[in-house]
Amino acid sequence: MTIKKTLAAAATAVVLAASATAAQAQDTIRIATEGAFPPFNTIDESGQLQGFDVDIANALCKEMEADCEIVAQDWDGIIPGLLAKKYDAIIASMSITPERQKAVDFTDPYYSNKLQFVAPKGQEIDTSPEALEGKTIGAQRATISGQWLEENVPGADIKLYGTQEEAFLDLASGRLDAVLNDVYVTYDWLQTEEGGTFEFKGEPVYDEDKIGIAVRKGDDELLNRLNEALAAIIEDGTYADINEKYFPFSIY
Amino acid sequence: MNMETFFSVFPGLMEGAWLTVQLVGIAVLIGFAIALPVALLRVSENPLVRAGPYAYIFFFRGTPLLVQIFLVYYGLSQFEAVRDSFLWPVLREAYWCAIIAFSLNTAAYSAEILRGAIQAVPWGEVEAARAVGMSRALTYRRIILPRAFRICLPAYGNEVILMVKSSALASTITLLDLTGMARKIIAVNYQPVETFAAAGVIYLVMIFLFATFLRWLEKRLHANLSPPPGMPN
Repeated sequence: MTIKKTLAAAATAVVLAASATAAQAQDTIRIATEGAFPPFNTIDESGQLQGFDVDIANALCKEMEADCEIVAQDWDGIIPGLLAKKYDAIIASMSITPERQKAVDFTDPYYSNKLQFVAPKGQEIDTSPEALEGKTIGAQRATISGQWLEENVPGADIKLYGTQEEAFLDLASGRLDAVLNDVYVTYDWLQTEEGGTFEFKGEPVYDEDKIGIAVRKGDDELLNRLNEALAAIIEDGTYADINEKYFPFSIY
Repeated sequence: MNMETFFSVFPGLMEGAWLTVQLVGIAVLIGFAIALPVALLRVSENPLVRAGPYAYIFFFRGTPLLVQIFLVYYGLSQFEAVRDSFLWPVLREAYWCAIIAFSLNTAAYSAEILRGAIQAVPWGEVEAARAVGMSRALTYRRIILPRAFRICLPAYGNEVILMVKSSALASTITLLDLTGMARKIIAVNYQPVETFAAAGVIYLVMIFLFATFLRWLEKRLHANLSPPPGMPN
């Protein structure tokens, strides 16, 4: 083979490989989750993403017959990452809020959530906003818990953490008087050894929270596919199976 | 890039910048106070005296600052003994944990810089001091240390500048320093490019001001080296 021919063959191979990758990329949906929010999304000992959100993502992908790639992304960069097209959807227990709807579109809710305070057992804590003034309260940064605290108890010393796990760590160390968080995540933590000496306080302070999948604004095709797939897995019982794996009650 | 966002985030970020200045300012002062004795012990001829400072520098230069901050903030608080001790009122505050970690870290680097400078003082000057009958302590006070400070100034200035930038790690332990404040603002506006660009501008200005001060100080301390007025530079 002459050099010319070799080059031509190599060039063809490169073009073929490139077009194959492009075709593949079209069919792959990249989904981001956080990986620090058990039991919804967490990273297990072997480094694999696990949890309710991840199972839902996989079930949706199976239903849509799409190849999915699930990636872990820090919580406070998760919406900017979506807008920068690093991935196409966020399945990370994200509350549907008017503020976020200005930046992204949401699917139909895939579960419902409430916010409730947690504090050490045996410690009387009045969770009315007036009584919380001056207390040190933790929450995760860029969450509705953090937002709720800033809007309702501005007189409290509010500490915002990068991950929910860090907020719990500081509650356990005694730096915080209480933490405000999603009930099911707290429920899961209370079952652990570390969380054993803590309990819910008062009634949920907010109970209209709906959790959805975020996609870029205008990505209606993906939005519709996800909504159809979500309806399908709820219909055929796949959703109920996943729910049961994590909670003995329905969180839909 | 949305210029409106870029300008609107400055007031909030300035609040964060003030905390950054406090953290770095206090940490650099404490760090220097630790570095001086550590450097003096480090140049000792007795290997046993040298060992302690060496181990300290080895640890703090050999591990990432982020790890050190986490160890001080989340690590120490795991122990009940620490939580029950008289130190807890200090250690429970993220502010002091950051200052402790920054001080110990910068002290380790500064001690090495200072050690190098002490050893770089021309031997003839030390010999001259001895020849006129100065004691060891007096030689250090009048000759070696003033000379060493001049020698180490550029390298030490570098260390302080690095500290200003490393202080962004304070945001990992709930502090709203310049970076922490930027992250908090991004949590609401979802515009990281504009917000971090604005924070970057503030870091640049802070470091520019410090570098200018440093240049002025260097000029003053090395007045004997600049040409007399009217002479070409």
